[in-house]
Amino acid sequence: MTTTTGTSAGTPAGTPTGTYAPRPGAAPLPRMIAAQAALETKMLLRNGEQLLLTVVIPTLLLALFSSVDIVDTGAGKAVDFLTPGILALAVMSTAFTGQAIATGFERRYGVLKRLASSPLPRWGLMTAKTASVLVTEVLQVVLLTVIAFALGWSPHGNPFAVLLLLVLGTAAFSGLGLLMAGTLKAEATLAAANLVFLLLLVGGGVIVPLEKFGSAAQDVLGLLPISALSDGLRDVLQHGAGMPWGDLGILAVWAVVGLAAAGKLFRWE
Amino acid sequence: MRSEPARPSPDHHPAGRRFASHPVVEVRSLVKRYGTKTAVDGLDLVARAGVTAVLGPNGAGKTTTVETCEGYRRPDSGTVRVLGLDPVRQSAELRPRIGVMLQSGGVYSGARADEMLRHVAKLHAHPLDVDELIERLGLGSCGRTGYRRLSGGQQQRLALAMAVVGRPELVFLDEPTAGLDPQARRATWDLVRDLRADGVSVILTTHYMEEAEQLADDVAVIDAGRVIAQGSPEELCRGGAENTLRFTGRPGLDVASLLKALPTDSTAAELTPGSYRVVGKVDPQLLATVTSWCAQHGVMPEKISVERHTLEDVFLELTGKELRS
Repeated sequence: MTTTTGTSAGTPAGTPTGTYAPRPGAAPLPRMIAAQAALETKMLLRNGEQLLLTVVIPTLLLALFSSVDIVDTGAGKAVDFLTPGILALAVMSTAFTGQAIATGFERRYGVLKRLASSPLPRWGLMTAKTASVLVTEVLQVVLLTVIAFALGWSPHGNPFAVLLLLVLGTAAFSGLGLLMAGTLKAEATLAAANLVFLLLLVGGGVIVPLEKFGSAAQDVLGLLPISALSDGLRDVLQHGAGMPWGDLGILAVWAVVGLAAAGKLFRWE
Repeated sequence: MRSEPARPSPDHHPAGRRFASHPVVEVRSLVKRYGTKTAVDGLDLVARAGVTAVLGPNGAGKTTTVETCEGYRRPDSGTVRVLGLDPVRQSAELRPRIGVMLQSGGVYSGARADEMLRHVAKLHAHPLDVDELIERLGLGSCGRTGYRRLSGGQQQRLALAMAVVGRPELVFLDEPTAGLDPQARRATWDLVRDLRADGVSVILTTHYMEEAEQLADDVAVIDAGRVIAQGSPEELCRGGAENTLRFTGRPGLDVASLLKALPTDSTAAELTPGSYRVVGKVDPQLLATVTSWCAQHGVMPEKISVERHTLEDVFLELTGKELRS
């Protein structure tokens, strides 16, 4: 067998000796997590379908149903009823639907696998994902709040209760989204996450009050995380209630169950 | 046939760098099953500094072995040490020191080519200069192209860049040139040689004989989940394997007479009229014997050729199988 070896094991022109000389080391943990969170957020904001889900649909629903009287939202201004529900929808779209779809495809394309052999620890990756979800939610809340105010929204209540609801809601939806992404195929996750989004949009008290359903259905639907979040936000923001402990409790149970199941069942490849 | 892995001596080494003598990878009696299928079946492999090729056909257990070293899979039994560490239990310590190139994927579908590489660089303390690396791997033209729009060869080179950007001590390359055109393959080979010259150890899997012969200090031949031979390409080609000498001359020469002149373990035959083949230990002595026999019989031997055994032949002898299925 003859072959032309060229620069056998040598250093071709332009490659100074020692370029690749080993100098291993992990970057400091906070820097790794910040870099990962920034990249994840960038990927999310660049993705058209994700933006449709997290920005366009909530914004349109809020604007449309506040100004056109299609759904009977009960006494008071429609925007006061709708805004808490749309905020809950925004949390679900990012923490559950968006995160499930993105993570499902990252798993499918080997991104999670490749990152698992990088210096970034797995919990660091999950922390970064959470940070990216929170950043997106802040952007959503700011945008939706501005629109709601423009439509004449007059919120009440304790901002701390609102924050607690949003955080627990995010935890509950993240657990469920990651559970789906880490166990189903990417295509199945895509289909199921969108279907669940649609069903919960209709049946979770987001724009249609739960009172419209029969009392037996109400009891079941009321236990869904989206119902607990929209109901809790509405109690505080529309009716000026104190801590909505019942709704917080439901969200806490979902969060614990969802995150524990995801932690146990999540498959990285 | 098993031999101790050859260790590259410092003078064999172009940069003259002295490699540490301890193994970079040490696999003992590794067993890994997927359901009822046994992918790796009691595999032993010791790789030392330098370039080690893990060679075998598809389904031989190459990827499973390498992925166990990378910490992706837990052994069902046996032990694995990489740079002296347990890849599962001491993963946090090991990961910054190794570079991994997966067989495919590993990049966000929405990321641009340079974006993912810059990101992986940020996860390391002393990364290579990303722009330089992009230039050196010929990825300069696709810096802002989306990952999905890159050609297969560009995606491979990006994955390679991601494996080396953190300046690791040891790089795992899983079929780094599968499906590449010859030019891209040569670029990858050059990079592997540069890594070696700069003191980075490389474990690569391949089913290309030529790749193993060109790059590796040490070759481990894997078949059906076991290492069936290990050694330098030269050792593997020499060990036990017989070589061939061919020449052409007048048809109908007295082969029996030629055979008498040859050492006893040789064979000689006229394959087609006027085309002769001698199989045996081909050395200068044998060549001289053949030519002087020809001279005695007034034969002008034309087109004398000596064929060394290649790893391909070795593999065929060891397994009775063609390497490329």
